[in-house]
Amino acid sequence: MIEHNLPALQVVIPLVAAPLCVVIRNARAVYGMTFVVAWLTFACAVALFIRVADSGDIVYAMGGWVAPWGIEYRVDQLSGFVLVLVAGMGAVVATWAPRGLAAEVAPSKRHLFWALYLLCLSGLLGIAITGDLFNVFVFLEISALSSYGLIALGGRRKALPAAFRYLIMGTIGATFILIGIGLMYMMTGTLNMADMATRLPVDGHRTVLVAFAFLTVGISLKAALFPLHAWLPDAYAYAPSTVSALLAATATKVSVYILLRFFLSVFGADFAFGGMGVGQILMVLAVVGMFVASAAAIFQGNLKRMLAYSSVAQIGYMVLGISLASTAGLTGGIVHLFNHGLIKGGMFMATGCILLRAGSVERDELAGIGKTMPWTMMAWTLGGLGLIGVPGTAGFVSKWYLLQAALEQGHVWLAVLLLLSSLLAVAYVWRVVEQAYFKKPAGIGVGAREAPLSMLLPTLVVIGLTLFFGFWTDFPAGAAGAAAESLLGGALMGGTS
Amino acid sequence: MVALLRRSPNVRETVTLAAGAGTFLTALSLLGDVMAGIRPTFTLVEVFPGLPVQFTLEPLGMMFALIASGLWLVTSVYAIGYMRGHGEENQTRFYACFALSISAAMGVALAGNMLTLFIFYEILTLSTYPLVSHHGTPAAKKGARTYLGVLMGTSVAFLLLAVAWTWVVAGTLDFREGGILAGQAGGGTLLVLLGLYAFGTGKAALMPFHRWLPAAMVAPTPVSALLHAVAVVKAGVFTILKVVVYIFGAETLREIAGSEWLLYVAAATMLLASLVAMGQDNLKRRLAYSTVSQLAYVVLGAALANALGLIGGGLHILTHAFGKITLFFCAGAIYVAAHKTEISEMRGLGRAMPVTMTAFLIGALSVIGIPPLAGSVSKWYLLGATLDAGHIALAVALVVSTLLNVAYLVPIPIRAFFSKPEGDPAGQAGGLREAPAWCLVALSITALGCIALLFWADRVHQLLQPIAAPAAAAGG
Repeated sequence: MIEHNLPALQVVIPLVAAPLCVVIRNARAVYGMTFVVAWLTFACAVALFIRVADSGDIVYAMGGWVAPWGIEYRVDQLSGFVLVLVAGMGAVVATWAPRGLAAEVAPSKRHLFWALYLLCLSGLLGIAITGDLFNVFVFLEISALSSYGLIALGGRRKALPAAFRYLIMGTIGATFILIGIGLMYMMTGTLNMADMATRLPVDGHRTVLVAFAFLTVGISLKAALFPLHAWLPDAYAYAPSTVSALLAATATKVSVYILLRFFLSVFGADFAFGGMGVGQILMVLAVVGMFVASAAAIFQGNLKRMLAYSSVAQIGYMVLGISLASTAGLTGGIVHLFNHGLIKGGMFMATGCILLRAGSVERDELAGIGKTMPWTMMAWTLGGLGLIGVPGTAGFVSKWYLLQAALEQGHVWLAVLLLLSSLLAVAYVWRVVEQAYFKKPAGIGVGAREAPLSMLLPTLVVIGLTLFFGFWTDFPAGAAGAAAESLLGGALMGGTS
Repeated sequence: MVALLRRSPNVRETVTLAAGAGTFLTALSLLGDVMAGIRPTFTLVEVFPGLPVQFTLEPLGMMFALIASGLWLVTSVYAIGYMRGHGEENQTRFYACFALSISAAMGVALAGNMLTLFIFYEILTLSTYPLVSHHGTPAAKKGARTYLGVLMGTSVAFLLLAVAWTWVVAGTLDFREGGILAGQAGGGTLLVLLGLYAFGTGKAALMPFHRWLPAAMVAPTPVSALLHAVAVVKAGVFTILKVVVYIFGAETLREIAGSEWLLYVAAATMLLASLVAMGQDNLKRRLAYSTVSQLAYVVLGAALANALGLIGGGLHILTHAFGKITLFFCAGAIYVAAHKTEISEMRGLGRAMPVTMTAFLIGALSVIGIPPLAGSVSKWYLLGATLDAGHIALAVALVVSTLLNVAYLVPIPIRAFFSKPEGDPAGQAGGLREAPAWCLVALSITALGCIALLFWADRVHQLLQPIAAPAAAAGG
């Protein structure tokens, strides 16, 4: 019974727990519940992933109403993979959070924080699991609205304008997506993705083209694809560390997932990349984004802002992989989605540890922090190596696939640009490393102690995983490869139940 | 392997020595197998489908592994004397990173495919970075930044591209005799790939990507000695030799139209670096430029891609390693005992430090290639290779460069032995002592090695014979 309803439980558990947080109010009890719920969610995701890998796609009719009338949940290779990432990071970050949160969010607001956290998580999971277009929009709004709130809970004043900016941009993006979905509904009379894919007019009706354009722009905005990334750096920089870690690891990744879903499952690769030529547009934007955002990251004094810009650049890598529209390219894009989720999540966690102990994440104030917080800085540095894509880290695996994809299609210049942009990553990572290791501890670096174990351990686990997945690639690259193949094969139409 | 024994320096150093001896003996025990033509393979994990992290023993790698592990042992002895005599900070980090970089060098030596080699190549760069910036001074940081920038930049921008490209073109990255690129791509592509490999291997210090080597001289001397005369730079030229022999295949390389440019770049590096070396007053910088020039010999041998060239290149890795490490040991010993770094200050040092300066003389003569020292053998092979290939101009370049070697190396011991110390003749020299005993032991071993290698040269020749076999068979 439980096993059968896993897809529903995946979303419902955190969704129901969220209002309970508000009812319970007691900060300690609320956190206890969040902790249990987050790990339960992760267990669900793993169970789903294993079932999909064993016995193929799972189709689940919500409330017994069969699609196309009812809402359908559909777990395939790709969504199973994204669910594991989102739920996993959600659980780890929740485990990591309490000590840092105590310093950042007032006790009276803490139960609200956790309520929003769970809402955000269920929204992100919902996007990944649903097979219904309108449902995507609903979950998108759930996760977005809760993350506006989460960012605004950041103690500093600047968090408010950052949240407001995100609100405006996010709403514009969501509106675009809604218009796109509306047009699609108009053309096909269905909201079920699989159903829609079969009913779309093949010859590229003008309304479909407009819908495609609206959806592409809207999702790109949500995914912070250059040049629609302006909301992201401030939002990540001024949010509480817990929120930065959660969102950096999951939110933009889920948006990239929607992009994949729409392009490949609904519209189909032939339409999106053949007829519309969106591949070339995305490729150019991705490459420019990689360079501009990496260059911007070099000049950021604030570690969190630096990581945020780096995220924009890394999203460029993912989109680049998608834009190549080959198995290797998609594999690279999807595996980078996963790897970068881990790497960036881990680095934001390490940065959060520094913020807690040193009270600042301004690079110039962190002289010698490597001596006073050796484990934290080690995690940070290893994460940074992953960003650069040094062999032996997960970042190298994704870069290798992207390189291979670019060269397969004869885009040598693209391969060169890809590598040059990773050199920019060396520059921004190394500015921090030098500051941390090769200066005598001074200023706030002196007083800082090593982060508490409850924060350090999850950070090290996440960073350790990035190294582990740099060598053992059966899971991330294998799953991504399978997902890429099924996406390009248009597997959604032939899904089994 | 990594000594985490912060509190007890004696235990830490014993562990280092024991590990060094262990590594060397392991490598030595494998020598017999390789001589017998066995190629043991060990697969660690399969990172990408059909592309594992894999180790395979073959002659060239065997030799490099022996050099690196053997000289590590000697350097550890030396480092103990140097670091203590000098009262350096952060000694634990030093030994730990040292061990790490040696294991990375071993990984490079034993790599069974290009991906494995690349992974360890990068680990080597990263693990030596803390060693180069060991002093933590602004100068050290600046040097280390150049070091990391050039090595990381070239390897990521060129080498990784070349590796990925090779994978796409050839469908494999295994090191195979006769090369994997043979007949897989057009001449133009191969030419571009050759350029990417040659310049991507920044550790081979081919001009114009040689700047990191003099910059790395800010490191403590044991580091310069082992890493920048042996492990790191040799990993670079070793990679180039490997690429020529097992990726391109010697025969394919010779057939690529226009591949001669590599010969001329190598020759130009050889001559220019020698000229620059003459102008350096800082002893370590002069040695560094000399290394740049000597590395170009190996590249030259590889680029000629005939039997003599390949064996000569391989031999030169060995002989130069011994010669140059001796010179660096001496430079370090002089610094520890007399606190002198500039050549112009070294007048009359020979009287105060006879052992050191004698070793220096032996090392210098070997690097120059004067018989009966080891360096002469490899130079002889290389000279033969150029004539074999009919490049008279290159043979002349080799000879000229040898003369330049004489010009920048010989004056140092001459000045030390024959000129009077500056200023008050008696007083200054009287205050100087020999370097710590640990250092002297180490530098005597390597200096004797320079002589002994002459007699073992044919053994090495035997070991390296297989790599040149395809080239020889093709009439090279």
